[in-house]
Amino acid sequence: MNAPTCRLEPKDYASDQEVRWCPGCGDYAILRAVQKALSNLGADPARTVFVSGIGCAARFPYYVRTYGFHGIHGRAPAIATGIKLANPALDVWVIGGDGDMLSIGGNHLIHALRRNVDLQILLFNNEIYGLTKGQCSPTTRLGTRTSSTPAGSIDGPLSACRLALGAGARFVARAVDTQQKLLPEILERAKLHRGAALVEILQNCIVYNDGAFDDVAGKEVEAEAQIRLAHGEPLVFGKAKDKGLRLRVDGLGLEIVPIGADGPDAAGVLRHDQTDPVLAQMLAALEPPMPVAVGILYDDPAPSYEMRRAQQAPAGRRTDLGALLRQAPTWVVPG
Amino acid sequence: MAAAATIAGERNRVATAGRLELDSAVVRFAGDSGDGIQLTGAQFTQATALAGNSLETFPDFPAEIRAPVGTTFGVSAFQIHFGARRIWTIGDHPDVLVALNPAALKVSLEDLKPGGIVILDAGSFDERSLKKAGLAADPRFDGTLDPYRVVPVDITAGTRAATKHTGLSVREQLRCKNFYALGLVYWMFERDRAPTVRWLEQRFADRPELAAANIAALDAGHALGETAEIPQLPAFHVEPAPMVPGIYRTVTGHEALAFGLLDGARKAGLEMVFCSYPITPASALLHHLAKLRTFGVTTFQAEDEIAAVCAAIGASYAGSLGVTASSGPGIALKTEAIGLAVATELPLVIVDAQRGGPSTGLPTKTEQSDLYQAVFGRNGDCPIVVLAAATPSDCFAMAREAVRLAVHHMTPVMLLTDGFLANASEPWLIPDLEATPPFPARFRTDPEGFHPYLRDERLVRPWVKPGTPGLEHRIGGIEKDYASGNISYDPVNHQRMTDARWEKVLKVADAIPLQGCEQGAPGAALAVVGWGSTYGPIARAVLNARARGHDVAHVHLRHLWPLPRNLGDLLQSFGRIVVPEMNKGQLVTLLRSEYLVPAKGLSKVTGKPFTIAELEAAIAAELEADRA
Repeated sequence: MNAPTCRLEPKDYASDQEVRWCPGCGDYAILRAVQKALSNLGADPARTVFVSGIGCAARFPYYVRTYGFHGIHGRAPAIATGIKLANPALDVWVIGGDGDMLSIGGNHLIHALRRNVDLQILLFNNEIYGLTKGQCSPTTRLGTRTSSTPAGSIDGPLSACRLALGAGARFVARAVDTQQKLLPEILERAKLHRGAALVEILQNCIVYNDGAFDDVAGKEVEAEAQIRLAHGEPLVFGKAKDKGLRLRVDGLGLEIVPIGADGPDAAGVLRHDQTDPVLAQMLAALEPPMPVAVGILYDDPAPSYEMRRAQQAPAGRRTDLGALLRQAPTWVVPG
Repeated sequence: MAAAATIAGERNRVATAGRLELDSAVVRFAGDSGDGIQLTGAQFTQATALAGNSLETFPDFPAEIRAPVGTTFGVSAFQIHFGARRIWTIGDHPDVLVALNPAALKVSLEDLKPGGIVILDAGSFDERSLKKAGLAADPRFDGTLDPYRVVPVDITAGTRAATKHTGLSVREQLRCKNFYALGLVYWMFERDRAPTVRWLEQRFADRPELAAANIAALDAGHALGETAEIPQLPAFHVEPAPMVPGIYRTVTGHEALAFGLLDGARKAGLEMVFCSYPITPASALLHHLAKLRTFGVTTFQAEDEIAAVCAAIGASYAGSLGVTASSGPGIALKTEAIGLAVATELPLVIVDAQRGGPSTGLPTKTEQSDLYQAVFGRNGDCPIVVLAAATPSDCFAMAREAVRLAVHHMTPVMLLTDGFLANASEPWLIPDLEATPPFPARFRTDPEGFHPYLRDERLVRPWVKPGTPGLEHRIGGIEKDYASGNISYDPVNHQRMTDARWEKVLKVADAIPLQGCEQGAPGAALAVVGWGSTYGPIARAVLNARARGHDVAHVHLRHLWPLPRNLGDLLQSFGRIVVPEMNKGQLVTLLRSEYLVPAKGLSKVTGKPFTIAELEAAIAAELEADRA
């Protein structure tokens, strides 16, 4: 109802600030995808707020011509929750990196998700600390040599999507920064989902962790190394769409099965059901050499925090504070 | 004027219908934490308030929810000081102790006034309970109680006899013990039982047999006093205290705080979003406010202290009044985010219900040792406004003041209370809310010439609600350019912005009252300067000194940062200055550094408020030194 009458172009969502990420940083591509998604959604800049913590990704709000709040390290989901408490009608996007949202701010992320606050949470995962100059992050893979782990990281990495599902998120998706068709689509779906939506974006840090996702996102390998999820469609991948995923017969889990001439169903390939939380967990857990799941892993709306709050809201509004103060045994001292 | 009789001394006996006239009395109820002592105290408070006495109360409960029954660390106590004159404190020493078990007797005895009355439940003194209390011998027979007037009453048996007819289990019958004891004390002090009976009937509306049993116990205890003619147990009469005419109720500090925040938000024309994380003794505020949803209060229990303050900041950014509350350790966790509110120049009210520190310290005991944390405790030059409430009912006005200053100066305001203020109660003249004019918040809506850090003559930046067309802007914790509000690392600009933030908070001094004297006048030979919950004991001690003809003034600070504009001149006018504090000397350091005055500190950190006697001794010592 408050949407502008004429749709704004992606460039209209760019602020007048000079973008200061390293040349070649994956964040540029994500910024482009977000501006495109905002345009496609017809987002009203005046009613849109971007909230961030600290880190390279957290500079994002300065570059979008909406309201923006650049917070402190890890706390963006909490600040965003407060904004939604005050004004549920605002459209609030949370931006943060893997260190910001999974390490120092991990607690706030899981609680925003389990409360199901109506936020779009974009987690830029580059598996490294960039702004502080290249220390290992909670998603850095084992053995990675970084400025803080010269002999290789010995801390096991965590999976953002698995964590989100474990925290009770009702919308979990994954995309790669360079996927300029898929990423805006996912962002739009995240926006249309009522409740907390987590989008993990695999993002290349060209300075401290360049090529971290080459085995997944490289142009020449992506068809074999990723599986694109589409609700109701068979879980197939490969250049020739000749492989699929089916349930293992000897235990719980997914396995790769070749697809013959009779098609995926005959090969026992599963169809993606984005409302199935168990399938979502299995897809989220896929790591090379299995294909990495990209797209919407899980989308099964439940009442958002805002809806639950509205349901509890008292029917009338009392304004008689003076009467409230007298709602206790009182006595009169005569004059 | 009633004669100044005391129980212990029983000077100036005046018989009023067979009752001894008393000027004031201190009663402590003590028992096991499962004995309903707090509830008993609350009922006695209500009855005493309705009788027109001035009063102060304080609950003293263990940190453990249900410590092992009968142990000393499981003792829960409730103290009330009431009288025919203005009562300022909870009383240094109880005149009457009601002890429902040996552990309660052991814990409270050292505080009792010599000659005081001990009502003990003789039925609870068996070998087992004595052992649990860590008593080698029965204090009733080993001389321990010789300095007191002991009234052994078999409260256990009396309660059972009174409640047998109700058909309740023995266990349930014995849970009425506290009302039996209460009935006896009601008789001692001529209290009306009817409001308590009504309260019991309402509380146990769905279990009338429990209401009946408690009422029977209350009546039986009362009847015992009336008929038993126990020589050690006189009946007393306490005249109503002279009080300002009006409608009164009792209020605890944090109830008053909740009401004050709500009235402040109303006067500012704002919705209140209260965000906190459970912590003793601040949690009571969350509980009070959660009940006020019908008044539009939003409460949010966050996942941790940091999330609580950040959500409050988010709420303020979005145009509501963000409020958070905690105690010392939680405030420490919020510190970085308070800096964010300083940098983004948003209104924020932070309540710090101080408790014994450092670290976890003494969660249920009172202290005022967070003043440094409030005034100085952040990274960077990071000034905020700091206020302190002086009494339970003062929490109302100071909460409203915190809202006013936060909203009108776009700054975080920390309001200091403490464990004592949070839980203590006193009579409260219900204020005329309309007598204080509204102070509506102003939101910028005009895009013409706007930038987010454009300052007015008070150096205050505009507040803009997201959702306002044409004013989209970005703010954050990174330094901003003075002229445009964009990110700036320019060295000269940082100096200018740091100066502006500092000056802005100092200019709040233009919007607060000048400092006066609670008692005495500028130029007094001695000034006792206090802040926070030491108000009561200081007021009484100074009153007593002045009654003896000494030239002593009482100055009590409610605005701790910025300090009132005239405070330096006022302090310079006194011959001597002593600053009693429940810390190692935080305000005295602040005053000495700000004004170069030779103020002396008086420190107490036992978890208990100053006694009047301690302050009288300090005043006497200063006056003595003055003469020397």
